[in-house]
Amino acid sequence: MAEYYLLGVEIATALLGLILLVMGLLVPKTHNKGIANIAIIGFIAIFGVNFLYAGTNASFLNGMYLIDPFSLFFKGLLLIAVFFTCLISKDYILEQGYGQGEYYSLVTFATLGMMIMVSAGDLITFYLGLELNTIAFVILVAFRKNCAKSTEAGIKYVLLSAMSSAVLLYGLSLVYGATKSVLLTEIAKIINQQGIQPLLLIGMIFTLAGFGFKVSAVPFHMWSPDVYEGAPTPITGFMSVASKAAAFAIFVRFFMIALAPVQETWVIVITALTVLTLVLGNLVAIPQTNIKRMLAYSSVGQAGFILLGMVAFSKLGVAAIMFHSLLYVFANMGAFGVATVVGKSIGSDQIKDYQGLWKRSPLMAAVMLICLLSLAGIPPLAGFVSKFYLFTAVIEQGHIWLAFIAIGMSMVSVYYYLIVAKAMYLGQPEEGAEPIKVPGSVQLALALCLIVLVFFGVYPTPFTNLVLDVATAFFPF
Amino acid sequence: MNGTLEPLFFWLISAVIVLSALAVVFMKNIVHSALFLIVTFVGMAGIYALLQADFIAAVQILVYAGAIAILIVFAVMLTRRGDIRASNPFNGYAIIASLACLAFLVVTVSMIFNSGFEIVESVGKSVVEPLAIAMMGDFVISFEVAALLLLEALVGAIILARGVKKEQ
Repeated sequence: MAEYYLLGVEIATALLGLILLVMGLLVPKTHNKGIANIAIIGFIAIFGVNFLYAGTNASFLNGMYLIDPFSLFFKGLLLIAVFFTCLISKDYILEQGYGQGEYYSLVTFATLGMMIMVSAGDLITFYLGLELNTIAFVILVAFRKNCAKSTEAGIKYVLLSAMSSAVLLYGLSLVYGATKSVLLTEIAKIINQQGIQPLLLIGMIFTLAGFGFKVSAVPFHMWSPDVYEGAPTPITGFMSVASKAAAFAIFVRFFMIALAPVQETWVIVITALTVLTLVLGNLVAIPQTNIKRMLAYSSVGQAGFILLGMVAFSKLGVAAIMFHSLLYVFANMGAFGVATVVGKSIGSDQIKDYQGLWKRSPLMAAVMLICLLSLAGIPPLAGFVSKFYLFTAVIEQGHIWLAFIAIGMSMVSVYYYLIVAKAMYLGQPEEGAEPIKVPGSVQLALALCLIVLVFFGVYPTPFTNLVLDVATAFFPF
Repeated sequence: MNGTLEPLFFWLISAVIVLSALAVVFMKNIVHSALFLIVTFVGMAGIYALLQADFIAAVQILVYAGAIAILIVFAVMLTRRGDIRASNPFNGYAIIASLACLAFLVVTVSMIFNSGFEIVESVGKSVVEPLAIAMMGDFVISFEVAALLLLEALVGAIILARGVKKEQ
């Protein structure tokens, strides 16, 4: 008898998704304001359930599914991200006036898919989790009706993600063909026994391309600016943090555990990807005039920073990946929360329309500033600490030149983040511009982001210890 | 299957697959392409049957030849614009794309030939029974996720197709 209690978090999430779907159908349109609240409370409860599993290190169904500290950490991260998404979405979706139940249930299913990805111990479970979240995101991206950009983004996303899934799947099938196993731990053992086959290397290249698409690493990033721009802004935020973190979790697990014996080969390719991603993502962000496109390129650049942790291939690297992914949730959700409210009330996502935002809404201007500075890695904010660990991890492994490129690109990023800050604080609002009213739920989300970014910037020790513990359990070398 | 005839069938089916796949690309009318796609899918089912994977062969015919090809024809019918006789044109990249594909083919095939494969002579008698046990056993999570995936896709299709009601 398998121990099904280990699946508590996943089962609760699936139930929540089904409940939200049914409620959307049953509750009359005049009374459906509460659906968002049910989603928010539900996610807080599931987050609590996730805590109950703290310290568990078990595998389930003969290694097909792993409940280990690493997956629990990423599940917590996903739940935090979806919690913020619901807070930010509440008024946004209410104003759209349709599809409340469907929206929140799709968000829940997307979260479930990502949870399955981070917990998957075999290739098939991982792939199905990936599809569950991709399909949900396709629908959510195209959720804004009467908006050609949203529909266009949806079509682009479905076509490109189908293509990348095909590439990924072909790669996984080649890996399976070379090793005759779908279990990640088995794959590593078999490669150690029978040596490296050429087939495995092709499979590795294909899977790398597939993962590169999911984490939007250059040169597989082409979809992200268009999709990020067209999607409803809360969904853009959700995609940029959760989808990326989940993809990185399985990316790390697949390459660092299953393909660990061929590390010397893949590290060359990943180093090249890292350099390209860092340089291109950060440089192309500079000329952007739309805040969502700018944040899209910035998230490409952030993927480059996270890739540094993989190049390091060490305990500290894994810890730094986790640290950075989590802080990235707070910084990006804060920035997209502001972009949601501003976009809704001004009706524009152009950076020049942020002129004098501090007079119209001091809270939003402050949060945006702190989030952008944290993304740029300015001390004493939390982004500085996580970038510091990433750089230390690569320097520790002797890739000093890579750290230099990363630090240089980090400087570049300060420039384009400060363009927004300059518009917000030095620009004057237009004549007769009224203060922007921030909905209560967004205020809560923004305040939380602000507190976390400042607190963990000043006092990161407890958090550092946590990620180091998790990384030790995950990667005992 | 008689051992001496098996290679003959393999080459026969392979020829059908390759020729019909080429026809999918070169036919000018996209409906003809879709029909040749069905031939390709049925040929693939033949290969699976030769490999004694009869369940996969049946699924291949049901899902690919049955559902997917018909879906393509329907999609063509519903979105048709202009002359159907020139509905599957080439763009300007035909030569570059074929060169890239050729290079890719050479690399992949040489890699495949350089890898050692273990040849399994016979798989067990029944293929369906172990599959059923695996689906409800070790693969139960994947199985349930697939169920949710279908539900989600259904909901999504309705949302996207329904359009916005004009109430105000």
